[in-house]
Amino acid sequence: MAGMGRTFAQGIWKENPVFRLLLGMCPTLAVSTSVQNGLGMGLATTFVLVCSNVMISALRNFIPRQVRIPGYVVVIASFVTVVDLVMHAYFFELHRSLGLFIPLIVVNCIILGRAEAFAGRNGVAVSLADGLGMGLGFTLGLSVLGSVREVLGSGSILGYPLFGPGYPPMLVMILPPGAFLTLGLLLAGMNRLEERRAIRAGEKYEPPREMDCGSCVLCKPLASLSPAPPAAQKSRNSSE
Amino acid sequence: MTLEPGTGPDGVPTEPATPVAEPITPRDLIVSASPHVHAGQDVPWIMRQVLLALLPGLLAGLWFFGLGALRVLVLAVAGCLACEWACARLVKRPATLRDYSAVVTGVLLAMNLPSGSPWWLVLIGSVVAIGLGKAVYGGLGYNPFNPALVARVFLLISFPVQMTTWVVPQGPGTALDAATGATPLGAIKEAVGLGRTVAEAGAPGLRDLLLGNVGGSFGEVSALALLLGGLWLLWRGVIRWQVPVAFMAATALVTGVAHLADPAHYASPLVHLLGGGLMLGAWFMATDMVTSPVTRRGLLIFGAGCGLLTAVIRLWGGYPEGVSFAILLMNAATPLIDRWTRPRVFGEARRLYREADAA
Repeated sequence: MAGMGRTFAQGIWKENPVFRLLLGMCPTLAVSTSVQNGLGMGLATTFVLVCSNVMISALRNFIPRQVRIPGYVVVIASFVTVVDLVMHAYFFELHRSLGLFIPLIVVNCIILGRAEAFAGRNGVAVSLADGLGMGLGFTLGLSVLGSVREVLGSGSILGYPLFGPGYPPMLVMILPPGAFLTLGLLLAGMNRLEERRAIRAGEKYEPPREMDCGSCVLCKPLASLSPAPPAAQKSRNSSE
Repeated sequence: MTLEPGTGPDGVPTEPATPVAEPITPRDLIVSASPHVHAGQDVPWIMRQVLLALLPGLLAGLWFFGLGALRVLVLAVAGCLACEWACARLVKRPATLRDYSAVVTGVLLAMNLPSGSPWWLVLIGSVVAIGLGKAVYGGLGYNPFNPALVARVFLLISFPVQMTTWVVPQGPGTALDAATGATPLGAIKEAVGLGRTVAEAGAPGLRDLLLGNVGGSFGEVSALALLLGGLWLLWRGVIRWQVPVAFMAATALVTGVAHLADPAHYASPLVHLLGGGLMLGAWFMATDMVTSPVTRRGLLIFGAGCGLLTAVIRLWGGYPEGVSFAILLMNAATPLIDRWTRPRVFGEARRLYREADAA
């Protein structure tokens, strides 16, 4: 049971899909224009994630290794269809504002990623905890992003206006650039918190590799990119 | 506990010798006793030259737009300096207020705003310019985009109404709540959009465009004053000729061809060269040495790209003015241009270099 609790908590903070794993960036950036959209998208994804994790974990010994990915996709797609139809029936407004991104949950890399990395190798109960933790972590990330963007970009929260009518909304925040700006600044803040925590705990802090400037292709010298291994060339020369 | 190089005693990676901390003076670079001659250029010197060069355009703007422009200028410079100081505080680095770079950003930002901008617009612009345009990347020298233009585009997208409320120039006495009107390029775009011809748009004549007696951002109006400043920078060796010349040539070429093909609906290339922010952009913002390529060939490509994009946006885009978008887009392409135009090392075979590049 302790393992389940830890697995659950991991998805919320330490392996938060939005802020730490940087998975599922497409819906994260696209639908986080308001708290409501973020929450709706997050909960829909959580439902699919929990159901598919449980189902895949239960079926993991029956699905042949070679065809597991198509198998996972069929399972995930079925639950996405359920969510799509239920939201269409009972949350029509939300369904309309999320639009295409509901069916696109099928290709959300968190879901397939958890199926492949976790549910396909672990028991049903712990996979449920993992799905719930990851899903709620995703929901948390989207809601935080959505609230920052909604407050700045529309001057409201959950649709209620916060400032007087004189407040000029910062339109860019609800446009795509606002998503990147907000996410980037939040990530910087998260890293700062993590760094401070590591220093306090006396650990060595290493920033996530993909956020390191050195991982950017543009800054690398040409030589390090060229795939031609010098060893192979040398052996050819020596054989001549 | 073993320490790796670049690791502090508490296991935290140490800052890589904070390059922005102390500006390197030319004296630091002298390594031998020989009598060396150097140009004496350092960051504060360059920034002072840019400020001097901006002076004519600035004075022209202040002359035409009066107190409102002065207010925007003071707010922007103060905002940029304060934000620079705050950002340095936040990351615990010495503030680099004395190198004038924040002042230049502030002045350029102010010159890119309408003179009737509300105070909060200017302050948000300053925070975006220094914070999002420069500090998040690591400070001066690390920013991929021109900070003042980042702020301008941010404001233009966020507050389209306030950013396109242009004050009509009425000389130094222009009141703070002056009358507003369209910019020449805006008027032409609107007229053509409504199916009328350029001549019917009622845009000001070339003389007014040259002197600056037209609506627009307060520092971009006087093409002549800006040109004077640009030539000063060129003469002092702060900028190179490739960017402004390629910029203006490409704009003139595209708008010229369009004008020859259909003079009724496309304004003459002279209007495009003198109107809008082209002079300010081509001489002062595209030439920013941090965000433009290194090689001469690269600078030509960069300038021509800016000019081409400006012309395309102005003629066929949704906005009447495209200088800031064009420069930012080419800023993004700068690392690629630098890679593409990397000079051949003397003695290196041409073919091998291409193979390495292709790989």
